[in-house]
Amino acid sequence: MFTARKSALLHLSLVALLLCFAGTISLAQPPAGGPDTTRTAIVPRAPGNPLTEDTKGDEGGSITVRWTLSPDDTGGFITGYEILRAAKLDGPFKSVGFASPRATRFADGSTFDDSSYYYKIVATGATGSSETPVIGPAQSSPQWFNTNRGNVLVIGFLVSGAILYYIASARKGKKLFIRRIAGLEAVQDAIGRATEMGRPILYIPGIQDMDDVQTVAGVTILGYVARTIAEYDTRLEVPTSRSIVMSTARETIRSAFLAAGRPEKYSDDIVHYVTDEQFGYVAAVDGIMVREKPATCFYMGAFFAEALIMAETGNSIGAIQIAGTAMPAQLPFFVAACDYTLIGEELFAASAYLSNEPRQLGSLKGQDVGKSIAMLVIAAGVALFTLNQITRVQWFASAGQWLKDLFLLN
Amino acid sequence: MDHPGWVLFGTWVAALLTLGIATFLYKDNPVYKFCEAVFVGISAGYWFVSYFWQTLLPKLGYPFYAGLKSWFVGPAQGPGWLVLIIPGILGVMMLLRLVPKAGWIARWPLAFVVGYTAGLRLITFLQSNAMTQLQNSVEPVIRYSQSGSFLGWESFNVLLVTVGTFAGLFYFFFSQEHKGVFGRVARVGTWFLMITFGAAFGYTVMGRMSLLIGRLDFLLADWLHLIR
Repeated sequence: MFTARKSALLHLSLVALLLCFAGTISLAQPPAGGPDTTRTAIVPRAPGNPLTEDTKGDEGGSITVRWTLSPDDTGGFITGYEILRAAKLDGPFKSVGFASPRATRFADGSTFDDSSYYYKIVATGATGSSETPVIGPAQSSPQWFNTNRGNVLVIGFLVSGAILYYIASARKGKKLFIRRIAGLEAVQDAIGRATEMGRPILYIPGIQDMDDVQTVAGVTILGYVARTIAEYDTRLEVPTSRSIVMSTARETIRSAFLAAGRPEKYSDDIVHYVTDEQFGYVAAVDGIMVREKPATCFYMGAFFAEALIMAETGNSIGAIQIAGTAMPAQLPFFVAACDYTLIGEELFAASAYLSNEPRQLGSLKGQDVGKSIAMLVIAAGVALFTLNQITRVQWFASAGQWLKDLFLLN
Repeated sequence: MDHPGWVLFGTWVAALLTLGIATFLYKDNPVYKFCEAVFVGISAGYWFVSYFWQTLLPKLGYPFYAGLKSWFVGPAQGPGWLVLIIPGILGVMMLLRLVPKAGWIARWPLAFVVGYTAGLRLITFLQSNAMTQLQNSVEPVIRYSQSGSFLGWESFNVLLVTVGTFAGLFYFFFSQEHKGVFGRVARVGTWFLMITFGAAFGYTVMGRMSLLIGRLDFLLADWLHLIR
């Protein structure tokens, strides 16, 4: 028999059940702006809007997964996002990486091109995790151009265009002014000194290989120096630290001697390979210096710790020393120990300066255009940001940031 | 080679060679000549062997052999290994330098090396030495904290860097004679460069001192056991 008491109890139970159910529904829709801390067992909610795409501007093998933040991703509630990947829609899925909290993208760099992949993003927390529905298929592929680096292309064209313009101008006969560089003015005198003293000239083209632009510059200057040496009929010695530099130096000197009308004076023994080992090379060079006692020493190229050892030994034998390098750590030693030093870009300008060739003078002038652009950009950017700091007008900061972002590497 | 006898022998050889090289500080002598010859000879031989076993074989020899084998014997491999033929041919062309009549062929791989260096370095230098530096140079020279107070030292620091950058760029401007206002700014650039070089000099000398201390430690501790 269903008594009134039992009926009341049943009603009360139903009401309690309804209340619990209502409470559960309200818990499922927490207020926006943070995790709902009223639940006893909190499981972070899944991130939203997942999508996949081929990573742009790469050589393939990468798919980018994006999502919007989980609503619970505040205050350290979410420990991260795990990215799961499968070759089929129904799995099996395996983890390919983790993204930190507040991240909204992940680049999966372990894909094979033209293979389809499916992804899931799992928001993980201390109390559990939730995952998005499966997304995909996505395929990775290589691109010919990295369109994110369009600004590099534009700037490269600007500078190259200026160089080509001035080369064309120089070829048409326009006189291009290049300021005096003391170290290069002394080259002729240094070679003449060696000739008068009857002692050889030592030329060190650096200790790096031909894939270093400083070595290329050093060997180019060697060509000019060799031509003058051929005209003066002085002995030249070029110990090298790399076999390819040896081959290139031999070709350069042979051509220089030929241009000077002294091909018979050339010998392969002028250039010889010593060793690739840095301090073995400098030990040999020091030995050459104290035994052969060159009157002039040229150091043109890339150097490291051996720079001071060579320069001081050259000093001890009383040689006139002209150095040129773009290695910031070695320049102080050359400046201290050598008679003349070509600092940084002066080394690269030397070949143009010495040869007076229109093509090279034009390129030097074009590079100055690049420097002018750099100075203008820095001046404008600094002015804009400073005005923003003083006036607090946001437009200045936006304009400055726009200018800065023109040189941003993506 | 871990036998105590070999370790002792190696320590003595290293110590005697160290002292032999150091005799150069007095003047050139037969001991130094001997040590120099040993150093140059062993290092040249070592680098040759190192290049052969660590560069030539793993990067060219083995992959090429594996590709050939897969072609004739199997299992089939993609055609990617065929690209190795190009550096292989370039390497052989370089070696033709040893043949007097065919030595001119070596100019082609040399031209390739110089050409690809220029092309590759153009973009990397443009990005690292120009664009990134430019981006980082654009900063306000007057700085305020979030609370609105003027940050004196930070502002001075940025001003110094900006002025130094400008003056340095003026110094390396080759199209203009260093005269008048331009010359004075370039002179400021020279001062900035020299002060920087002085700081770098002192910093690097400290590093060299530590190398010397390392060698002295080897001689006095490992060799003579005079210090612990």
